[in-house]
Amino acid sequence: MASLWQGYLWPGLIIVAQIVAIILPLLGAVAYLTYAERKVLAAMQLRKGPNVVGPFGLLQPLADGLKLLNKETILPSGANPIVFVAAPMLTFVLSLVAWAVIPFDAGVVLADINVGILYLFAISSLGVYGIIMAGWASNSKYPFLGALRSAAQMVSYEVAIGFVIITVLLCVGSLNLSAIVKAQETVWFCVPLLPMFVIFFISALAETNRAPFDLPEAEAELVAGYNVEYSSMTFALFFLGEYANMILMSAMTALLFLGGWLPPIGIPPFTWIPGPLWFAAKVAFVLFLFLWVRATFPRYRYDQLMRLGWKVFLPFSLLWVVVTAGVLVAFDWTPK
Amino acid sequence: MVIQAIAFYMFAIVTIAAAVMVISARNPVHSVLFLILAFFNAAGLFVLMGAEFIAMILVIVYVGAVAVLFLFVVMMLDINFAELRQGFLQYLPIGGLIGIVLLVELLFLASTWLAKPLKTASPASPAPAADAVTNTHALGRVLYTDYVYLFQAAGLVLLVAMIGAIVLTLRSREGVRRQNAAAQLNRRRDQAVEVKKVQPGSSI
Repeated sequence: MASLWQGYLWPGLIIVAQIVAIILPLLGAVAYLTYAERKVLAAMQLRKGPNVVGPFGLLQPLADGLKLLNKETILPSGANPIVFVAAPMLTFVLSLVAWAVIPFDAGVVLADINVGILYLFAISSLGVYGIIMAGWASNSKYPFLGALRSAAQMVSYEVAIGFVIITVLLCVGSLNLSAIVKAQETVWFCVPLLPMFVIFFISALAETNRAPFDLPEAEAELVAGYNVEYSSMTFALFFLGEYANMILMSAMTALLFLGGWLPPIGIPPFTWIPGPLWFAAKVAFVLFLFLWVRATFPRYRYDQLMRLGWKVFLPFSLLWVVVTAGVLVAFDWTPK
Repeated sequence: MVIQAIAFYMFAIVTIAAAVMVISARNPVHSVLFLILAFFNAAGLFVLMGAEFIAMILVIVYVGAVAVLFLFVVMMLDINFAELRQGFLQYLPIGGLIGIVLLVELLFLASTWLAKPLKTASPASPAPAADAVTNTHALGRVLYTDYVYLFQAAGLVLLVAMIGAIVLTLRSREGVRRQNAAAQLNRRRDQAVEVKKVQPGSSI
């Protein structure tokens, strides 16, 4: 009995507590990311943005959430009910499980697995299922077109992301995320691998279906794409999943290229700030870039999107993998 | 060990149940979704065996890429289920015969299986202790030393398959206007605009 408590129940409780400690701030961050998006867009377009609910409109996300909860969940009569309901759940769950391997500070990580970066890549490549299932189960034209676009887009840009990850791995010699951050102690990878950093950021935009690659939900052509038929909480789960994925891709950018929890220079005024704060600041910076891009660029045409993915990013990232490997071997810089 | 056993039986049961559903589901899209579930649980079994690299590669390659394209194609197919069921009894004998042949082959294989230790070490790459090296490193050491020619051959097979698929589907149509991004970006004002003086009361 005592061994059951010591061996299974107590560690289980600790893990549950850790999961809650990650997920609650994450959901808060998602809620306030929607607020930040509206405020940043408003500032860039010389408007005020949400400013009515609470001081500076700070309670706006809560009001939006409550409003969504009160709406009726509509199940279209032509829809495939099980797949229709499972799709938003899948999107939401996948956007949360990836956080299990994200290190917030040295040693502060829920599951410090050997193949952390592959796990992240696997989970982000599964994100397409929520969208394609939603589009098919809705049994409606606009969602289906949006889902097909999204599937093609996400599969195309995953290839480029894979090559970027391989380049970083060549410089690190480990698939563990903590090891990847520790390898950046001398210099962040965004300096020696600047082209790959740019490719990764643009591919992250495409992978999360954000502007200027938000073709799956192009309002002007597809009404709202794959989530036209969704309402109330089912829609809210898609929305939360999408924004959680944005934060996840920003966290991946911070871990792979911006040194994770490390300060820019390892000297006192910078080292006084704790690691998780540095990490949060870097994630927030990348998220701001996401919003900035949305406010600045017009949407890509579909054939241009495919051309960029297959004819520009894929050959270039492949070339850069070879160049990086060649340089590492030629100068004997390969990680031991 | 209890937790591992429970996890193993859960993954194993779900894998088999999903695999049965793949062939018995009426809707082909549901079949593909069950196939994905089976892949996923197989990855779970790999993790339980300590083969986390293969588990992740299984999810990335099969679930993340191959099954997406499967689903893509199956969703677009316009299948008439009544027509599909018509030939069922007609094809049952030959299908059953093939199934029995495969089953017998599997039984022969299982009956001659010798549980002897596999070749784990070679002069080129002495096998390190299992806990001294991650299985990504361990795989890399054998894949790029002992089996490098097989690895290259597998790559060549895939390349040939890719070229074959491209050759089969490539067709050039007449009258398609393609965008040439380089030409567009290289166009300058003097190539695009011509300024003419127009006299009052006349046209160009």
